[in-house]
Amino acid sequence: MKPKPFDYVRAETLDEALDALARHGADARILAGGQSQVAMLNFRLIETEVLIDITRIEALDYIRIENGALEIGAATRQSDLKDWPGLAEKVPMLHAALPFIGHVQTRNRGTVCGSIAHSDPSSELPLCLAVLEGEVVLRSKRAERTLKAADFQLEMLTTARAPDEMITAVRFPLGDASAGHAFDEMNRRRGDFAIVSLAAVARQDSVRLGVGGVAGTPKVRNWSELRTGDIDEALNAFAWELGGHDDIHGTARYRRELVRRLGRQVIEEARSCRR
Amino acid sequence: MPQIGRNERVRVSLTLDGKKVSGLAEPRMLLSDFLRQQLSAGAVHVGCEHGVCGACTIRVDGRAVRSCLMFAVQAQGCDIETAAGLAGEDGELDALQKAFRKNHALQCGYCTPGILMSVTSFLDSNPDAGEDELKDMLGGHLCRCTGYVGIMRAVLEYAAARRA
Amino acid sequence: MLSASARFTDDMPLRAGTLHAAVLRSPHAHAEIVSIDTTAAEAREGVVAVLTGADVKDVTTPFLIVVKEPMDQWCLAVDRVRFTGEAVAVVVAQDRYIAEDAVDDIAVVYKPLPAVISPLDAAKDGAPLVHEAVGRNVVSVREFTYGDPDRAFAEADHHVDLTIDYPRNSQTPLEGYVVVADYNRQDGVYDILSNFQGPFTVHPVMARALCVPGSRLRMRTAPFSGGGFGVKQAIFPYVVMCAVAARKVGRPVKWVEDRLEHLTAAIAAPNRVVRVEAAATKDGRVTALRYDQLDDYGAYLRPPMPGPLYRQHGVMTGPYDIPNMAITNRLVMTNKTPSGMVRGFGGPQSFYALERVMHRVAEVAGLDRLEVIRKNLVPADAFPYRACGGALLDSGNYQKAVDIAVGKGKLAALMKRRDAARKEGRLYGIGMAAVSDPAQSNMGYLSTIQTAEERKKSGHKGGNISFATVNMEPLGAISVTADSIPQGQGHATVLAQIVADQLGVPPDRITVNTEHDTHKDPWSIATGNYSCRFSSATAVACHKAAVEIRAKLARIAAQRLNVKAADIDFADGMVFARNNPGNALKLHRVAGVAHWQPGELPEGMEPGMRATGVWAPPELEPPNDQDQINTSLTYGFVFDFCGVEIDRDTGQVRIDKYVTMHDSGTILNPLLKDGQTYGAFAWGVGCALMEEFVYGPKGEFLSGTFADYLPPTIHEVPEPELYHLETPTTLTPLGAKGGAEGNVMSTPVCLANAVCDALGLENINLPMTPAKISALIHGEEPARPDTSTDKAGAGADRSRALTGQGSHTVPAAPEQVWAALIDADRLAAVIPGCHELELVGENEYRALVTLGVGPVSGRFKARVKLSDMKPPDAVTLSGDLAGPLGASSGSGRVRLTGVAGGTRVDYDYEVEITGRVAAIGGRMLDGAAGVVINQFFRRLTKRIHGADKTGDAGQLPFWRRLARKLGFGG
Ligand code: FES
Ligand code: FES
Repeated sequence: MKPKPFDYVRAETLDEALDALARHGADARILAGGQSQVAMLNFRLIETEVLIDITRIEALDYIRIENGALEIGAATRQSDLKDWPGLAEKVPMLHAALPFIGHVQTRNRGTVCGSIAHSDPSSELPLCLAVLEGEVVLRSKRAERTLKAADFQLEMLTTARAPDEMITAVRFPLGDASAGHAFDEMNRRRGDFAIVSLAAVARQDSVRLGVGGVAGTPKVRNWSELRTGDIDEALNAFAWELGGHDDIHGTARYRRELVRRLGRQVIEEARSCRR
Repeated sequence: MPQIGRNERVRVSLTLDGKKVSGLAEPRMLLSDFLRQQLSAGAVHVGCEHGVCGACTIRVDGRAVRSCLMFAVQAQGCDIETAAGLAGEDGELDALQKAFRKNHALQCGYCTPGILMSVTSFLDSNPDAGEDELKDMLGGHLCRCTGYVGIMRAVLEYAAARRA
Repeated sequence: MLSASARFTDDMPLRAGTLHAAVLRSPHAHAEIVSIDTTAAEAREGVVAVLTGADVKDVTTPFLIVVKEPMDQWCLAVDRVRFTGEAVAVVVAQDRYIAEDAVDDIAVVYKPLPAVISPLDAAKDGAPLVHEAVGRNVVSVREFTYGDPDRAFAEADHHVDLTIDYPRNSQTPLEGYVVVADYNRQDGVYDILSNFQGPFTVHPVMARALCVPGSRLRMRTAPFSGGGFGVKQAIFPYVVMCAVAARKVGRPVKWVEDRLEHLTAAIAAPNRVVRVEAAATKDGRVTALRYDQLDDYGAYLRPPMPGPLYRQHGVMTGPYDIPNMAITNRLVMTNKTPSGMVRGFGGPQSFYALERVMHRVAEVAGLDRLEVIRKNLVPADAFPYRACGGALLDSGNYQKAVDIAVGKGKLAALMKRRDAARKEGRLYGIGMAAVSDPAQSNMGYLSTIQTAEERKKSGHKGGNISFATVNMEPLGAISVTADSIPQGQGHATVLAQIVADQLGVPPDRITVNTEHDTHKDPWSIATGNYSCRFSSATAVACHKAAVEIRAKLARIAAQRLNVKAADIDFADGMVFARNNPGNALKLHRVAGVAHWQPGELPEGMEPGMRATGVWAPPELEPPNDQDQINTSLTYGFVFDFCGVEIDRDTGQVRIDKYVTMHDSGTILNPLLKDGQTYGAFAWGVGCALMEEFVYGPKGEFLSGTFADYLPPTIHEVPEPELYHLETPTTLTPLGAKGGAEGNVMSTPVCLANAVCDALGLENINLPMTPAKISALIHGEEPARPDTSTDKAGAGADRSRALTGQGSHTVPAAPEQVWAALIDADRLAAVIPGCHELELVGENEYRALVTLGVGPVSGRFKARVKLSDMKPPDAVTLSGDLAGPLGASSGSGRVRLTGVAGGTRVDYDYEVEITGRVAAIGGRMLDGAAGVVINQFFRRLTKRIHGADKTGDAGQLPFWRRLARKLGFGG
């Protein structure tokens, strides 16, 4: 299991990376943490002419608060975010979700933005981005633009990123202090890709639930008023809308079952930690 | 900005277990292969090449990572540690290795070097880690022989000794 | 090993000029190989040779097999592939990277054939044949009767009947296969370094395939192996493959199996369908068993298959005293990876059936389960006990073992815990299992597959020979070599200990070398590491050798110390008169006499200080005329019980408590023995809950990664409570039995019994995945709230092809849409990633397409056919794709309906995807198929919508621009 040949570019600054992208466009791929991408290259599931390594661009390795959002640069490792002292308070959802991502050994290398760029339907970070209505900052030599999660995530493994663009940062809105957050997922082995992952934000009168692993991208539902007695019905409708698919780890029906059952649990948990 | 063509073999220099070494690699060469084949790092084992088994785990600049998910060229200038660096020059096992031996934490030994690297890296940054956290860390490794019982015992014993 | 200087096969030094191999494998479960074009691969820089079936056919013969049927297997497929992952060609190149590039260059044209996957289907009349020349898939049937089972069933109060479908799994060692082959033209010797673990019954098989006498096939092993579990027996086709390649290129060839190859194509324990029946009295005494076993060996019968079907034969009654038994053994071939040796070797399958049926007997008779087990166990005063199938249960006290486990393991408290949990509405169950743990196989067990008549003709086979050598050098250094080929069980430690005990030196003074070299070390067909043969075989041979050395030393010392040899003792490196320890000599001096002063040795003693112990226990007799066979030398006993809780929401099984009791005779080294138990238990948990090689209906392999085939991590494996009883066997001087396989057999069924107890189920099959449990406990699904007819996503399970349906509205009249579908040019523009499309027949096209989802995409050759055309209402599109990522075939029906604003296009499709992408990407396959099909319709919509506006040749694929230049096409 060895990758096909490719040219390697180690960008030391963002401009260098953007130059290389402008030159190679769709023939190039960005290499960040590589925890999914290198495995796929090894399997020869993906191939590329050029690999642009951005892990050494120091300017992209940051976590900061700006304009009411937590902004995370493209070279920032998942472990660094997980260990960032203010996380539980600033974005409690990320604090809840990060331990579910792979293992410490993959978080040590895997980046936050890389996971969002990869857009695996079962991944935790794209789900957090969707449910928190975060943003993705895309840069090319031409311009910079910012996309809302819903506009960025198109299909499984497919995003709105143009071939000459790269993600330079993602932004998660700071949690509103009164809201409750909960995250859970079901997998057959801890640390594996989720069969279904769920993230709930409960506010005084509304509930927002995001579900990963069932459709091609994370799907989010908002209920302005959801009485306890109506939760089952609401989740059932949502589950059926998501549909689901069969794979060797679970059937479509099982996925819907998890949406109904774990959905209720995360909503209740989120409500219980409202302040 | 370093650029390396697909057919170019470039010299990659790094620190391996405290010694400055170098070898030739083309861009696509996996770090695991580079360490084993070019630098004779026999303590890097390869069990899956897709990041799941943990056998290839090494420390890169202190952090435990999968060497099968990195390219050799990415390790230029890095400080790489493998399990071979644990024992003393005279072959004397270090405390973690001794704990592994005492608790029969290995059988075939194929998973062992990777686990040792995860343990030292994790405890360096989480010296007070409790049983649950240690278990989470070990969750990133597959062992087909031991059923993990001896491994957990050895790691707990070692962690306690380090704290003492 | 800990000092990281361990040398595994892949670490061993290579001769200069060694080349590296990569294997091209079949994406189809069953296909004819129409052609193989290796030109591009051979032309690639760095490639030295490409070998295919034609090359191996020239220089090898097919592997010998146990059953006399025409089922030829070569190391590379010849004319036909019979399982997904079968080796089709091998590239030999400068390095592995280049070799893999060249594998992708090889163009194979396959003609897919119907495949048969389920053993039950394969056994039916009219099923597709895996080996046409045989004329059927069930290649061996044997019926056995012991006692009078019919009468026992007729007289029984209870008749319990279960059908078990035991899945395919393997302990998948962390290190894969490694072979380094060299061929020495001068002396005609193939020199192989590999992590082959035996049994060496396979050595003559390889030598014969290579058309050389055994002495010209030198097999060597490295000091360490990264786990074996039986699995490394099945490396042998690759040994032959690399040997042939090395001979062809005239240089050493190294091949390292990768994980995808291992999971896809190495080996699996045979899956088995068993109908098991028990006859029981009112009070729970089981009087007869009836087994109908259909064991699935996949595409080829590789020696020593069908071992798993017969290895337990003598002990199919387990630890119980059951006098009557009927067995039907059927051996079936299917289009799956060949089965082979995996730890437990038929035991997990056999004991799953037996212990499930014992559980059911108790339920049906309304009795306590423990009571039923106790009542049927062989009584303590009955040993040695001859089981009706022929096993000689050498020793034991099963009742006592159960009592200890129940007492110390606190079964009563566990019962209370279950009651309390149930009161709270939780799903909690208790399971039990009792099994025999056989060790050291009788090499004649497999001849039970022949009738007594046939055996007479071919000669009676039996026995199990082992060797170990102890050597003392002139200055007293002691070394040991042995034939056990350890895979990490710590054999060296035990051997050192055995010799140390005899010679009175500390174990660390003894050097043990367990590398093996058939050119230098003694070996037998039994040599190797399997069937727990170490403690009762190799260890005994070593003990015999050590005893011989001790006796020799004692005689030399006696002469010099003027005492009788019987009065000599050994301790602390000294040899001395027992009654007068001051009258002593240094051990190394005594040994030195045999080297330096041969003239002074006692009468008749040979010089030198080396002894080889040979051990061949007489109890391993060939099967008798009644087909009774003592399948193993010793039989340990394992009794387990456990408590499990099932999460009502997720269906996840959590092991709350697990108790396991072992009687493995004398324990040679407690730490090592417990290590084996923990390891076996972990794999048992994996088999029970997680591990399975999954195939799609057409034989597409779906578990090619460690994220799909799931070995448990530390989170899933609790620490079991261990208890021991030591009833030494009288059959070996050390009193030890095997002990490394017990929980592999007891744990899966113990957990299954607990889950059945928790859920009130009559039966369940493994693995007990959350999705499977959910389907059992969650009843009917809450209805879909709206009444829409859209059925998308209502999928049931993965036992079918990928299907889907959908609907798009296209803003054009049905006739226009129709025209776009049937017109070659327009179709080319609609098919995603189409580079070339050529008409090859009426409504039949050949195309070159790049397909995929996001970054995952590949080039495929496609064939598309339109049929069943009802212009402008409906058409069926069918076809297939093939490329390095895999192959696919499928069909879809498209229906066009005129609606306000255009045409509604409804479609449903069914596709099968096989090969690499299915093995790796299973998690996203269903979704990805939907995405690609959606791309098609999106393009169709866009194309028709904007048909008249697109005239920009720059946007058109190259071939269309060309066609335009040439004056035809749009
Ligand atoms: S070899 Fe790298 S994780 Fe398995
Ligand atoms: S000791 Fe063999 S895999 Fe862990």
